[in-house]
Amino acid sequence: MKVFMVPLNSLILYDLIERFGHEPLSLMSEMRDRVVNAEIEAPPLNLTPEDVKVGLNYAGIEIPSGIRGRMSIWGPLLDKAEAAIIMHDMPYTYGCVGCHRSNTLLNHMVRKKDIPLLEVHYPNDDDEAKILVARVKAFLEGLNGN
Amino acid sequence: MAIKIAQLSCGTEYSGVQSEIEHAAQTVGGKMVYPDVAYDDIAAAVDEFGFDPASPQLKLMIARAKALADGHYDADAVFISSCFRCAEGALVRNEVRKYIQEHTRLPVVTYSFTERMKSAQLLTRMEALVTIVEKKELLARERQVGLTAGIDSGSSTTKAMIIQDNKIIGKAWMPTGEVFGTAMEVLNKAMEEAGVRQEQLEGIGVTGYGRFLIGKKLNANLIQEELTVNSKGAVWLADRQKGEATIIDIGGMDNKAITVRDGIPDNFTMGGICAGASGRFMEMVSKRLRVDINDLGALADKGDWRKVNMNSYCSIFGIQDLVTSLAAGNTVEDVAAAACHSVAEQVYEQQLQEIDVRQPIIQVGGTSLISGLVTAVGDMVGSHPIIPPNSQYIGAAGAGLLASGFLEGI
Repeated sequence: MKVFMVPLNSLILYDLIERFGHEPLSLMSEMRDRVVNAEIEAPPLNLTPEDVKVGLNYAGIEIPSGIRGRMSIWGPLLDKAEAAIIMHDMPYTYGCVGCHRSNTLLNHMVRKKDIPLLEVHYPNDDDEAKILVARVKAFLEGLNGN
Repeated sequence: MAIKIAQLSCGTEYSGVQSEIEHAAQTVGGKMVYPDVAYDDIAAAVDEFGFDPASPQLKLMIARAKALADGHYDADAVFISSCFRCAEGALVRNEVRKYIQEHTRLPVVTYSFTERMKSAQLLTRMEALVTIVEKKELLARERQVGLTAGIDSGSSTTKAMIIQDNKIIGKAWMPTGEVFGTAMEVLNKAMEEAGVRQEQLEGIGVTGYGRFLIGKKLNANLIQEELTVNSKGAVWLADRQKGEATIIDIGGMDNKAITVRDGIPDNFTMGGICAGASGRFMEMVSKRLRVDINDLGALADKGDWRKVNMNSYCSIFGIQDLVTSLAAGNTVEDVAAAACHSVAEQVYEQQLQEIDVRQPIIQVGGTSLISGLVTAVGDMVGSHPIIPPNSQYIGAAGAGLLASGFLEGI
């Protein structure tokens, strides 16, 4: 199944999703496509004002452009999602160093979508990490039965 | 070597405007740089700063500001920017701007952007930042020497001034039509008043929107954006070359608020999103009230703005308020006062919040001749602004003054 993850560039979640036989919907692959696409000249992310307009499908015009720009990439990925995992309370440098408002909106949109969802907290020690992995594993294995 | 402009920002990459910012800087001989900070320094910087935003990129912005303040990173000027309509970003942007000004002497400009921002919108601001760094000695000039002309090609009017040995000997203005033709017409008029011929001029300075076209054709000594030129013109005309001041210029198309220290700008904002706070709106009001714009100020002074509800950011809706008010039986005096109050209030809300207002306030530009608007600005800032003589000519005066710097090798 296509599994969406928050944060979208979590290497830990990406690895677990892939390891348990699913397809992670990641920001990395989206950004890679943009950065290697020589047709676009808008460094560093090759995200153009036209892309930001795509974000209007997910957030209105009164929403700051930085949020709409993020949603222009995150939104279409979420549209494809068949399941999702949200990680809470991670250090601010874990995942995308960005906009808290965008993260809040994204969490809300994931919750609104009628798909299997697992919400976990970033582990503080080894024991919590083991519990986290076990929960993610159980969730991902459970998806196979759906 | 390129002038290093440190970028402290949030949201530029995902708004698709980062390349526009870099392009604007490069166009005027600047280079955007990004202060390096270590991961471990971010939490400490936020802690010391005392404002802990939820967004990680704003935390990084604070850490970068601290790296500049502590001298760990070398830059010549600072550009602080965040998404338009983001409250958290606006709060941090303003606090970071204050922090930079308290801890450094670097010139600063702040800007809130949308995805529609193009590099052209930033050019004047970037050019001003680069000028303040590159031409500090020129900007320190306090007296005009020789025989020079200044031309200010504005969005509404074009002005020219002839100055000789620090004295104004000729001046003229007219509405801007075809850019170069209008400039030549006002220059000729000003020269006629001064009794001089073009070949006698020892230097020419040009500013305003049409500066590049006019400057190139006249082979001007100085072609300069209006932020630094206007501030020089303002302190020269107001005889406030020393100490601090805030210059407010409500222009035909955009407004400028500039703080200066010893005549050199160190922080400025330039707005132009909403026409409801422009000189153009004043023109529309006078036309609709069927009064000459020269009489609008005196009319407003007789009215009471409180009796009319007018506070639209948009000039069209502002005129709609005006029409409704007249239809409801309000007097033209009250409506004129409300229009002046509305413009002053928006300048106060949108622009004076982006700088630390320093007394005295010097109000300049054509709109400074509308007494009702000056009164309204005074009510907002708590003291009556100084209106220097020839206040509508500040751009031309500043250009003529600075052009003379080239006569003595600065």
